[in-house]
Amino acid sequence: MTQAPASLSITLQACAKTFDDGTRVLEPLDLSIAAGETLVLLGPSGCGKTTTLRIVAGLERPDAGGRVLFDGDDVTALDIAQRNVGMVFQSYALFPNMSVAENVGYGLRVRRTPAAERTARVREMLAMMRIEALADRKVDQLSGGQRQRVALARALAVRPRALLLDEPLTALDAKLREALRTEISALLRRLHITSVYVTHDQAEAMALGDRIVVMSHGRVEQIGSPREIYQRPASRFVADFIGAMNRLPGRMLAGAFHCSGGSIAWPQGPERAQEILFRPEHVRIAESEAVADLRGTVSATFFLGDRSRVLVDIGDDRTVTLEGAMRRPLRPGERLGLRIDAQDLLTF
Amino acid sequence: MPRNTLLFRLQLAFTVAVCAFLVAPVVLSMLAGVTVNYFDGINSGLTLRWIIEVWSGYRDTLFLSIGIALACVGLCLLLGVPAAYALARGRSRWTRLVEELLVMPVAVPGLATALGLITTYGALGDFRTSWTFILVGHVLFTLPFMVRSVAAVLAAIDLKTLEEGAASLGAGFVRRFFDIVLPNCRSGILAGALMVVTLSMGEFNMTWLLHTPFTKTLPVGLADAYASLRLEIGSAYTLIFFAVIVPLLLAMQALARPRKSRLAIDLNRPATDSP
Repeated sequence: MTQAPASLSITLQACAKTFDDGTRVLEPLDLSIAAGETLVLLGPSGCGKTTTLRIVAGLERPDAGGRVLFDGDDVTALDIAQRNVGMVFQSYALFPNMSVAENVGYGLRVRRTPAAERTARVREMLAMMRIEALADRKVDQLSGGQRQRVALARALAVRPRALLLDEPLTALDAKLREALRTEISALLRRLHITSVYVTHDQAEAMALGDRIVVMSHGRVEQIGSPREIYQRPASRFVADFIGAMNRLPGRMLAGAFHCSGGSIAWPQGPERAQEILFRPEHVRIAESEAVADLRGTVSATFFLGDRSRVLVDIGDDRTVTLEGAMRRPLRPGERLGLRIDAQDLLTF
Repeated sequence: MPRNTLLFRLQLAFTVAVCAFLVAPVVLSMLAGVTVNYFDGINSGLTLRWIIEVWSGYRDTLFLSIGIALACVGLCLLLGVPAAYALARGRSRWTRLVEELLVMPVAVPGLATALGLITTYGALGDFRTSWTFILVGHVLFTLPFMVRSVAAVLAAIDLKTLEEGAASLGAGFVRRFFDIVLPNCRSGILAGALMVVTLSMGEFNMTWLLHTPFTKTLPVGLADAYASLRLEIGSAYTLIFFAVIVPLLLAMQALARPRKSRLAIDLNRPATDSP
């Protein structure tokens, strides 16, 4: 398959966005996206991720002073029609007046590609997305998953320099979302095309991104690989937003963090720590209560198939969640000792 | 529903009665147009005399009405569709104000609009006596119907995202307007155009004041005929009106039916063909 000759690197310099009514939706942002990289913009709604994507696309202009560079060329003043980027929308944005094949071929028509070449390319795209059978269908005869395949085929048909995806899977049901996510991931790796992917779903971000940009309130909270973001969250917001976290208030005393239910040895713990955070999968069950860090009573258990989730009441209305393969079934009301390694503790 | 219940029979009788009440005047009026003497009833015999008389005396009004209606729909398309698009794209306080102002000619009595036109432009001799004077009145009156019906369709589709989709594929404004916007509001344009033609053909209030002896439209001639001539002539006139407007509306519908798109791609053709 033939793609654009070389992938594109994208740089945003001091791109901020203030709407006409004065609301600042994006604080000045500097961001570099390497050629061929898949960058995921992740955050809750209103965090500025879609605005950032629209600035890259050319659908929004950054406030004065902001610059968008494609391979070092300033494209800030160009609108989307001149930037040669493929875009996939949450609502698909397929043209209802055209068939599937016409939708996929539209970008080529606009570029006055000769009919024969256009037909060949359309056929190639339909085959790639495995929707040849739908070529003559009208858009309103398609399911959500089929629509999104058509949207991808349409965006890629023009051999764009970059692919921009705005919550492409949000409108689909969970099972389809997962299947299409795997497919998109494989597609982006295979095409080696620079992509920016916006989502509020951390599982999607983890599965797709080479790097993830976690955003909140118009600011970047952290940029890093999925592993870095998960294991070394840079802020309390990131720690909370990505995956599940236990959070316990307390204070440091003689190399240990004291909180409800007991204390956890933490020789390197900062003296000012007011709160510790740790992941449910890092909590282990102690051999006995005597050697445990925290003690409590099982309040609920959930069997999840490959693992179990157990809620332990450690007193003072505090609950610790642990997750993992339990060697024996636990019953509510049972006393339990818990161990947490110092290396798994976080504080902000 | 079982067909033999009392309720069903009562409902059927009621429906038939209502239909008869509505249809009878139409049938009687049509019959009157081809009856030798209406007061003697159908027994006096059938004739085409009245129709021929109307045709020879009033066919100019018919052609003028058709001409004005077509010119009116043309102007409404040129002005109304872009206006509806602008209203759909820019949602601000001003567009809402414009939308409200636009229905004023419908709310204000036609006579008042006509008087306004006459006091303002009546002194422009050639304009006052030409058929375009009536046309201006008709456009004022019918434009809101075109704008509203197109705007309603545009509001129902996610126009902004569709246009962004087209733009991301490289389509500039003109391209998007003709490839995406117009085809997707076709049903609204058709509904609006039918409405405009019908309203313009039948408009009397305003036209009655705006017309001159040389620019009589069909409804004005019809009023003349009913007021000063035999009832049979007026009825024959109505028959002719029907005979013209029904095919005209059917033709417009046929014209607007979607045909095979010019964007079509024939995937069955071998890909190796040169164009």
